[in-house]
Amino acid sequence: MIPAPFSYHRPKTVSEAATLLAQYGDDSRLLAGGQSLIPMMKLRLATPEHVIDLAGVGELKTIERTDNTLIIGAMTTQAELAASNVMADALPIVREACLLIADPQVRYVGTLGGNVANGDPGNDMPAVMMCLNAVFRLRSQGGTRSINAREFYQGTYITALKPDEILTAIEIPLPPEGHGYAYEKLKRKIGDYATAAAGVVLTARDGRITTCAITLTNLADKPLFAKDAAAAVVGSALDRAALEAAARAGRTIMSPASDARGTTEYRTFVGGVMVERALKRAFARANG
Amino acid sequence: MHVKMNINGRDIESLVEPRTLLIHFLREQLDLTGAHIGCDTTHCGACTIDLNGKSVKSCTMFAVQAEGAKLTTIEGMANADGSLHALQEGFRMMHGLQCGYCTPGMIMRAHRLLQENPNPSDEEIRFGISGNLCRCTGYQNIVKAIQYAAAKLAAHVEAAE
Repeated sequence: MIPAPFSYHRPKTVSEAATLLAQYGDDSRLLAGGQSLIPMMKLRLATPEHVIDLAGVGELKTIERTDNTLIIGAMTTQAELAASNVMADALPIVREACLLIADPQVRYVGTLGGNVANGDPGNDMPAVMMCLNAVFRLRSQGGTRSINAREFYQGTYITALKPDEILTAIEIPLPPEGHGYAYEKLKRKIGDYATAAAGVVLTARDGRITTCAITLTNLADKPLFAKDAAAAVVGSALDRAALEAAARAGRTIMSPASDARGTTEYRTFVGGVMVERALKRAFARANG
Repeated sequence: MHVKMNINGRDIESLVEPRTLLIHFLREQLDLTGAHIGCDTTHCGACTIDLNGKSVKSCTMFAVQAEGAKLTTIEGMANADGSLHALQEGFRMMHGLQCGYCTPGMIMRAHRLLQENPNPSDEEIRFGISGNLCRCTGYQNIVKAIQYAAAKLAAHVEAAE
């Protein structure tokens, strides 16, 4: 398969990239790791006239830790995230989810920025970032703005990103020491997109859950923030009733398509199971 | 566009269309037909090569993205005297192939895996080659071939010390 012809641009700075994007607008696409865009171009589902490759933009490839946040450059690859000690220490859920994405070759090249900006409901990182209450930093020729991950996704390949904007970094508030976390993903085979997946970040004290966030992957046309499911377990010791209440609340907002991965009913059912498993694993990991 | 890269120790300069995929550049312009096109959809790994110390699927990359890079393909694996690399020998000795279509990709991926983890467990090998599909062997002998190479390379390192 051969993509349609395009002009290739390789800016060295974010500012140059923003200028190119402003100039070509809808006729252009940003190329990060290319592990989603290039297959789309080969199928000619994407036919940009201009491809702006961000690989030469060094400022997008950093992991920076401040007192209470981690700021990850958009071009950081999944392999780099999985190998980073800083990540393993501060945000172990990111490492856990990274290793469930595709396969080693794709993780060497695929980037965090591409995964979250693409808007594919099958991507895993959007739900993880929503779970962690991350903020996306966006830049255009006109300036910069930030948007919370939980407000970013609108539908399949539809996000709050404007055509002239570049997602430059992801800013993640560090969850407290001793927090519990889990990303539970059901897939048909290694490397597959999720049939259903759930992310959980929680804190506990005296054997009871004090705070909790739950998010869902590939169970609707966008990643979901399952607010009621999380509320159902806060204050509980994660007994059977609380787990079932969370799964039930989660299922009410799921609307997965019937596809090769299963029927709507099946995927909704296992979506609830993923919520329960992720909660159990996160709770077992939490200190307190 | 004009591109420059180093492939198997040789400096290459060429003109390519931006839309030329790296696998097409290797196979059709440079006659390096060792890397194969299997699925053409980023699943099978038959097109795997080593690029700047990473295993990549060359069907999911444009040749222009490899500007300035250092590449190794299966053609660059044998030793200078023509003898087989430990991985090639391992696949031969342990019957790690039947039709052989996936083998160049398997070997290139295993090469990087052993650079990062010289003594992988059975499970680490299986996880490490999960982006490479083989439709003949059931993987059993591929795992053995990689273990054979790991042992041989380790013995070589010990001998050197």
